[in-house]
Amino acid sequence: MRENAILEMRNIHKSFPGVRALQGVDFTLCEGEIHALMGENGAGKSTLIKVLTGVYGKDEGQIFLKGMEKAAMIRSPQDAQRLGISTVYQEITLCPNLSVAENMYIGRTSGFCQNWKKMNEDADKILTSLDIPAKASQQLASCSIAVQQMVAIARAVDMDCKVLILDEPTSSLDEQEVEKLFGLMRDLKARGVGIIFVTHFLDQVYEVCDKITVLRDGKLVGEYEIETLPRVQLVSKMLGKELDDMSDIRDESLVYEQKNGEAPVFEAEGLVSNAGIKPFDFYINKGEVNGFTGLLGSGRSECVRAIFGADRVLGGTMKKNGNVVKITKPIDAMRNGIAYLPEDRKRDGIVGDLSVRENIILALQVLKGFFKPFTKAEANQFAEEYIKLLGIKTASADTPIKSLSGGNQQKAILARWLLTHPEYLILDEPTRGIDVGTKIDIQKLVLKLASEGMSVTFISSETDEMLRTCSRLIVMRDRKVVGGLSGQDLTQSKIMSTIAGGEKE
Amino acid sequence: MENKEMKKTGVSQMFRSLLSRQIFIPIAALLLLAVFNLVTDPSFYKITFGYNSAGDPVLSGYLMTILDYGSELAILAIGMTLVTAATGGQDISVGAAIAISGSVVLRVLCGTNSRPETLQAPIIVAFLISCVVAMMFGAFNGVLVAYFRIQPMVATLILFTAGRSIAAWINNNELPIISEPSFGYFGGFIPGIPVPTPFFIAAACMAVTALLLRFTNLGLYTQAVGINENSSRLNGLNPAFIKFLTFVLLGLCVAVAGLIKVSRLSSINYSVIAKDIEMDAILAVALGGNALSGGKFNMAASILGAYVIQFLTTTLYKFNVQSDALSAYKAVVVIVLVVLSTPVVREWLSALWKNVSRGQQGKEAA
Repeated sequence: MRENAILEMRNIHKSFPGVRALQGVDFTLCEGEIHALMGENGAGKSTLIKVLTGVYGKDEGQIFLKGMEKAAMIRSPQDAQRLGISTVYQEITLCPNLSVAENMYIGRTSGFCQNWKKMNEDADKILTSLDIPAKASQQLASCSIAVQQMVAIARAVDMDCKVLILDEPTSSLDEQEVEKLFGLMRDLKARGVGIIFVTHFLDQVYEVCDKITVLRDGKLVGEYEIETLPRVQLVSKMLGKELDDMSDIRDESLVYEQKNGEAPVFEAEGLVSNAGIKPFDFYINKGEVNGFTGLLGSGRSECVRAIFGADRVLGGTMKKNGNVVKITKPIDAMRNGIAYLPEDRKRDGIVGDLSVRENIILALQVLKGFFKPFTKAEANQFAEEYIKLLGIKTASADTPIKSLSGGNQQKAILARWLLTHPEYLILDEPTRGIDVGTKIDIQKLVLKLASEGMSVTFISSETDEMLRTCSRLIVMRDRKVVGGLSGQDLTQSKIMSTIAGGEKE
Repeated sequence: MENKEMKKTGVSQMFRSLLSRQIFIPIAALLLLAVFNLVTDPSFYKITFGYNSAGDPVLSGYLMTILDYGSELAILAIGMTLVTAATGGQDISVGAAIAISGSVVLRVLCGTNSRPETLQAPIIVAFLISCVVAMMFGAFNGVLVAYFRIQPMVATLILFTAGRSIAAWINNNELPIISEPSFGYFGGFIPGIPVPTPFFIAAACMAVTALLLRFTNLGLYTQAVGINENSSRLNGLNPAFIKFLTFVLLGLCVAVAGLIKVSRLSSINYSVIAKDIEMDAILAVALGGNALSGGKFNMAASILGAYVIQFLTTTLYKFNVQSDALSAYKAVVVIVLVVLSTPVVREWLSALWKNVSRGQQGKEAA
């Protein structure tokens, strides 16, 4: 083993039926290091993590841990935990209805008896030492998502972990929360914990990490010191080709020309839903790309959900091409040519057990009607067409959608809505949790669709993504629309100041 | 040699692909029972041709019994499969609902007199009225489940408890008896046709179901709602209505089964008719390899499951198992079947088969 390495994985192989997920991957983690594991979807990051944590068995290869002569046998997540390998997943896997302390100690107290007082005291001690703003006796659900994530980390740390795996921990956090999480990570690093950090956010990698290991198509591309690997190179290594630069698509000019006298395709007045947003006005023109921006929880999603009728609409009017239309439930919106790709792909998007084909045709099928099912041939034709068009990586159209990677699931849902040929497409966080290559694909697609006359609303947590695609931004703060930006005002700093509310002073 | 080997891998591949198919479970159970009966007493399969008391030609034998009684169960399994798929729960009130709908049929046929000389209404009218009533009770369950979001098992517990009393009340707690012989055709034999009528009725139900699944989106919608309600709604479906609809369809199945049940006796026994049939119907769905938590379903497997359950019941009867003890035996067999059908065991079996066939190939090569 390398000096001061605490974990070494050598020549790891893992195959699934039809896929060689890992082919001879090496990975080394040193003490007190934050090590980014990067790669596109399907590169093998998750598989490698799952092999390390005992969720999957490996076909070949060895795992060495510091202080052990022989290769470690990790056959189950319990084994991994015993050996000091802890994981905090993207989705919080704690029990929200239990207290913070209970969550920290669940499943690892011995015997039947439990000294509740001592448990709470111990928990408080750890929370204070890690500077986590939570009380041991507090119900977990009452903490913010970020704090919940930190509690999960505290739990891992207290289990005497030497290797901490953070799998996309930041994807549901806002910037401040991310900062707090980074503080905690640096603190742990100083204590000698080795951290494996899996994320899609390049900025974050460059902010906290020391080393980067890049995987591609199940193979190791290389391990790099952070200073020696500029971003562009990292991206090109992940994609395996020289990137047709991310800034390129920006040049495909976003100048949107307002045609005079034409009524907007959709217009909302005083729209308000039961999701707790203030009434808002909204319009979108033909061929325009606009977006809602604001901090997490500012009501971006709730606005578009109100437009689509996904939440119960309590008031306001909707107009299509100047004529009032009634939209109270999703099917009304769909009949009026609106399509909505929801924020939470797993919860609201995919129908997991159904095939890719069925998922793609679902919306169009519902529009067509109960008594007019597509024939198998028609359905297949639609599915194949869009699988090819969007480059969805799937074994076949019959594969259950849940077995696809996140990015490909997203493309399939996108295909579902494109198939309905909507006039107005709402994309709520279409690029969350998916790889750089697909992100760019989706942004390009949005611009292409707009140039063909489709109106698109694009919501993303990444402001630069919005700047690249939208010609007008609607800024939200505290569940209220606080401003609109277009043309010259579309800059990072102007958005920030509007979100922060600087214009009031 | 090479050819032989290729054939071998072909067979083993086929076996493995069958093993991974859902319908494998009821087929395997059926084979198991069939082989068991063949070994213990081949006369189980004897079918005799004779004449019943009315002088009509009939086929009789254990297989005919299975075909006869399994058909009722198969009809119920159709509706139960849909309810299970869409709601992720089961309707435990079908036995009680059969009592109600059967009682309605008798009431309409008898009019005010409980022992009429002639029928007071055409049978078809009585059946249609019972359909409406059974669908209304299905709708009642459906409203509780779909709109009030009560767990299906709890919601249907109400009718489960009250149903048989309602059935008795419909006929003023009298026991009507129909003397008209043609009423007995539905649960017995049509003159000149030696195969029990319930089988034809079930076949008709299956055909209608097949058409429904083929020419409407019933299958896609119920599965989508069962798998992900949120997502279904955002795709323009109305999940509550679809759940409601499945209960109404189950009501229709109940009415058909109810007609068969009362036709068998030309009368009704409120506390015994279709007793525990809901459990067999649910078992049929489970035995068909369908997840009782809802989502994807395989209708053919459910229907086959229903006949397998009846096969089991009949086998047990043949061994003179007391009807009180019957359920205990059944439970044991069901445990074995259900455990065998779990993914864990199937994976294990599949791996075992792989090893065996590989070992044999190795031996042959050596």
